[in-house]
Amino acid sequence: MDLYLALALQIVYGIANLVLISLGLAIIFGMMRVINLAHGEFLMLGGYTVVVSTNAGLNIWIAMLILAPLVVGIIGVIVERVMIRFLYGRMVDTLLATWGLSLVLIGLVTTIFGAQTATSISPPLGAIQIGEFTSSGYELFLIGVTAVLSILAYCALKYTRIGLIARGTMQGAEIASALGVSTSRTYAITFGVGAAVSGLAGGLLAPITGVLPSIGATYIAKAFITVISGGTAILAGTLSASTLLGGVNSVLSYITGPTMGEVGLLVVAIVLLRLMPQGITARLFRRSL
Amino acid sequence: MNRTRENSWLILIAVLGVVFLIGAPQVLELFTIINLTTAIALALLALSLGLIWGFGGILCFGQSTFFGIGAYAYVVSAINFGGTSWAVVVAVLVAAAFAAVLGYFMFYGRVSDVYLGVITLTVSLIFYNLMRRTSGPEYKIGDAQLGGFNGMNAPPLNMPGDASWILFPEDVFYVAMAALIIGYFLCVWLIRSHFGRVAVAIRENELRAELVGYDVRLHKLILFAIGGGLAGAAGVLFANGVGRITPDVFNLYNAALTIIWVIVGGRGTLIGPILGAFGLFYLISSLGQQASINNNLVLGVILVVFVLLVPRGIVPSVIDLWDRRRGRRGAFARQGRRRRSRSPRKAETHHEG
Repeated sequence: MDLYLALALQIVYGIANLVLISLGLAIIFGMMRVINLAHGEFLMLGGYTVVVSTNAGLNIWIAMLILAPLVVGIIGVIVERVMIRFLYGRMVDTLLATWGLSLVLIGLVTTIFGAQTATSISPPLGAIQIGEFTSSGYELFLIGVTAVLSILAYCALKYTRIGLIARGTMQGAEIASALGVSTSRTYAITFGVGAAVSGLAGGLLAPITGVLPSIGATYIAKAFITVISGGTAILAGTLSASTLLGGVNSVLSYITGPTMGEVGLLVVAIVLLRLMPQGITARLFRRSL
Repeated sequence: MNRTRENSWLILIAVLGVVFLIGAPQVLELFTIINLTTAIALALLALSLGLIWGFGGILCFGQSTFFGIGAYAYVVSAINFGGTSWAVVVAVLVAAAFAAVLGYFMFYGRVSDVYLGVITLTVSLIFYNLMRRTSGPEYKIGDAQLGGFNGMNAPPLNMPGDASWILFPEDVFYVAMAALIIGYFLCVWLIRSHFGRVAVAIRENELRAELVGYDVRLHKLILFAIGGGLAGAAGVLFANGVGRITPDVFNLYNAALTIIWVIVGGRGTLIGPILGAFGLFYLISSLGQQASINNNLVLGVILVVFVLLVPRGIVPSVIDLWDRRRGRRGAFARQGRRRRSRSPRKAETHHEG
């Protein structure tokens, strides 16, 4: 019984982890149809923000929950204003430019902090006991944060004026702009919010994974595949794809070790895209957020 | 560009290529020749991406996957066969077959080009993670240990049919340069053939090509597999030039590098990506000597600058400039205008789906 409980917890954590690393990307993709190839570097910047400020004496919770999203969000808005807005309508060029940005960010961080791990920080919250198994309390906390984040995003999209404008712009940018919505401002805010969520995720994961200039690459494969499999509905897409892929990943990892977990995730995603090329939410849950 | 002028360019390229093939080992040091072999392998990889992206419109961000698979397949089968004669064939076929399988899911699923780019990139990164974890003794194919992070030593090429006659580094250079020249002219032949013209028609307007009656999915799949095979051949040369193969071929940096060669050299030409690969190879190796500037930073800046300011790349821009000075209407200028006018509509069709 305890084994099943621990296993279930692992699977839920696997799913929450995918949601956490993909949500920022999904927000930007759902709104602007832009795949931000610098997504991994936004996560990396969030991680560095937490590590640097914690080592400078800041409370780790403030660093993770407030400072990391703030810093990366501001970077996101700057990036949108300086680069992305010149490329709307040129999707391939946007992809390439964000890729260039990703390399620039890796290069800058390497130049500033060096190529090796900056001093890492240990995760707060100790182990918890499930019968004879132990589980990390911090993982439970991450599951909670992911749930809260998803609910917040849902409420913001569903019940606030900004959310209404965002949904309108998602459905038809031209009509929204004809009705007086400044689409360029909506896009700038969206990009900032997406970046902030990525920064939060990167900050939260930093105590577990440590930080490296190139750490973005370890996240993005999973984040891209989740967002693409999910389709353009921000929440329903991310949640459904994360549940499917995270479940497959966790179960396969439990049976055969972490190597096959990722391969299984990829194979499932590619077969899924053969069946649903526009992602899960283009076929199921069509009217969802 | 009209056909006669293009033909005279091709003859010039062929002559320069052969002169380089014969002349370089006479005047250059052995160390430079070995380095050049690596550069040639990368140029062949660039050519393969230039073919499928520039002429097929297939946005493949993970062309280095097929390159890496070719290199690994070559090393594994050379170790198992005890000679490289068949290993080369196996490497090219494995890379092409993998491209075909991946391409089947993408093209027959009618995945849009942006998705395609991201999926191919993801495949490359997952190969990177996978191959890095293969360090244990249980990870072996036949007699070949995969070696995890450290990779595996590549056996040098031997004379076809005679495993005891190992080629010298100069000979490997001849093989590599000949492969590049042959590969280039194969691509030229391919895009001038009926198949190639259909591929270009698909690049220009997929729906129209389909309505005219061509099987878009099959054409893309075949072109993608050819590109994969070419990249696999490049991987074989790379394994020979460097002498070993590590999971790093699959990493993000190499995937980006491949894209940057083609962007810098120019899409829609075959010589552009090759020149881009050579140019950046020498830029990076000269930067490598001074550690103060980070390679990623330089590459990122190059990519952003080219996408924002020179989106067509160097070779098409130079050809246009040349044409305009001589009062001709540039072939690429026309193409560029057509592309720009098409892009907003493209974004719209994506919106619907």
